[in-house]
Amino acid sequence: MLKIENLHVRVAGKEILKGLSLSVNAGEVHAIMGPNGAGKSTLGNILAGREGYEVTQGSVEYFGKDLLDLEPEDRAAAGVFLAFQYPVEIPGVNNTYFLRAAFNAQRKKRGEEELDSMQFLKRVREKLKVLHLKDELLHRAVNEGFSGGEKKRNEIFQMAVLEPKLAVLDETDSGLDIDALKMVADGVNQLRSPERAFIVITHYQRLLDYIVPDFVHVLADGKIVQSGDKTLALKLEEQGYAWLQQRKLADSAVAP
Amino acid sequence: MSVFLQSLLDAFADGDALRPGHGLPWLDVARRENRQALASSGLPTTHDESWKYTSLRTLDQRAFASSDALATQHTIDPAEFALPEADGARLVFVNGVLRADLSRLADLPSGLDVQPLSAVLQGDAESLRVFLARNFKHPAESFARLNAAFAADGAIVRVAPGAQITTPLHLVFIGGIASTDIAWHTRNIFDVGEGAQLSVIEHHLGVGTHANLGNVFAEYRLRENAALNLLRIQNEGERASLIQRSEFSLAKHARLHLNNLDLGTALMRHDLRIELLGDRAHAAVRGVFVLDQRQHVDNQLSVEHRALNTSCDLFWRGVADGRARGVFNGAITIHAGADGADARLSNKNLLLSAQAEIDSKPVLEIYADEVQASHGATVGQLDESALFYLRSRGLPLAQARVLLIQAFCAQALAHIEPAGLREHVTQLLQARLPQEMPA
Repeated sequence: MLKIENLHVRVAGKEILKGLSLSVNAGEVHAIMGPNGAGKSTLGNILAGREGYEVTQGSVEYFGKDLLDLEPEDRAAAGVFLAFQYPVEIPGVNNTYFLRAAFNAQRKKRGEEELDSMQFLKRVREKLKVLHLKDELLHRAVNEGFSGGEKKRNEIFQMAVLEPKLAVLDETDSGLDIDALKMVADGVNQLRSPERAFIVITHYQRLLDYIVPDFVHVLADGKIVQSGDKTLALKLEEQGYAWLQQRKLADSAVAP
Repeated sequence: MSVFLQSLLDAFADGDALRPGHGLPWLDVARRENRQALASSGLPTTHDESWKYTSLRTLDQRAFASSDALATQHTIDPAEFALPEADGARLVFVNGVLRADLSRLADLPSGLDVQPLSAVLQGDAESLRVFLARNFKHPAESFARLNAAFAADGAIVRVAPGAQITTPLHLVFIGGIASTDIAWHTRNIFDVGEGAQLSVIEHHLGVGTHANLGNVFAEYRLRENAALNLLRIQNEGERASLIQRSEFSLAKHARLHLNNLDLGTALMRHDLRIELLGDRAHAAVRGVFVLDQRQHVDNQLSVEHRALNTSCDLFWRGVADGRARGVFNGAITIHAGADGADARLSNKNLLLSAQAEIDSKPVLEIYADEVQASHGATVGQLDESALFYLRSRGLPLAQARVLLIQAFCAQALAHIEPAGLREHVTQLLQARLPQEMPA
């Protein structure tokens, strides 16, 4: 589904990703862990198409196409979804209206039939129920005045409604209490399917107790320095990122 | 003398004897003195601080006729000015001339008195003396002088103490095509009695692509505990010019709720002056303008706190596209003795093109104690992070931009009641926004 090869990315003249490679197949859940400043959020943003990121080397293929060539809205229509680390408040735009406009814009681009407001509302209510969210969410302006936890829940709700093929969660767990964390995990687990893949970016192992990943990758200094199964996350939790630093030092000691 | 003034003053001599109220000694004097002051001062220039951003040089070169002989005969489809929830009393003026056939003054609710100025001047003119026998001192007040000298009609609205008039009174000012461009001058006076409540919709619109000049001067007097709910919709034709001055005076515990929407005209200038004269008087003002092409709209809002515990909440939004120019001046003065005042001003503006310009100037002067005040003004472009957020969910860039612009303006309309009217006004505004924005 997704193939990132030797990706180098600069932000404001500074190289953040320094040769990142990652392959994700349908049905898989990949966790990306790493210390602050490693480039985790850059990865999410570059996949969603945020401006200000300059790819200097490498490629990102999505279903065999060059993902980096697509506008953000075209990526969304092709099934890419980013749950933002800092969801944006948009006063004056109703959550339901926004979501239906986005949903239908995606369908239109894919040549599918758009849903009218009744059909859409039915779908939305089903999702609310599954995620144990309150109706009130539908009537509020997008993220306006939401608490940190509410914003993250809204991201997961949007994801559930839009049903992407590739969902990237950018530190969706940060700042959440245990109930909100479980809700986020529920949202992901509900959507897990053989056709869908997730990239879960996180700083802490905690979330991975609830979203059990197929693969765990450690991102440090702009590239993936170690990959493994879920036990790698536990090891990181035990030994901290300092363990990586030591390992890296050891590596560079043997390098010519 | 400028072409503009010459054309008007020539016409004055011809039409003087026909003007309602002619022969009333005090009114003749007031008209003559204002006319003479006008002739000597001319129109304000950009050297006048309050006219710094609005040049009248083009207007000053234009000649206007002073009356439209066919004003009572233009065919106007009532659907042009129909508004939801506005099925009460109505007064319609076309090119400044009362249209009884389009108005509705029968069966007014008890306590509401609505009469054309022309009728009152032929009856109890003395009751208007305090309003009409005014001299305007400042040279920059040329249009008030012009209005005082020329106004022949308008709306005189009186609400008896305690009367609750919640169905809005609909005042309609229509600019329409005449054989030559005409200038019309309208004088409106509102007197809302003690404890009374009044809802008004002041509605300006254009029929056809006329290039007339409207000059509207209104005074709103709110007595103790009175409440005025005023919605002003300005959707004049794209070649029209409109100069307006609206003065509000609020006695003790009086409340003003003003919602203002400016969409039309080539040139508009509106001076809104609010005087909080009595303790706990409160003014809540929300406004928005949406401009395109070469439109020029200048709003000058001033609030004077002159009593204890007075409050104002001013909220204005502006959008300019094309080569349009918007001006917003928001001045709040809290005078000595107006202790405990609470004043808030928020003005945000959005530029949609590199050639558009918006000048915003918030001014706050405080001479009292225990005052709470805040003001802020910004001029900027659409928020890039919000745009990206919307696009990342699948909205095309053009649609995302339109959605954000609509949302930006919608905040200024949020307080319009009832909902049906708010929806209608929102649609008027959206029709003026770009529907599909290129990248």
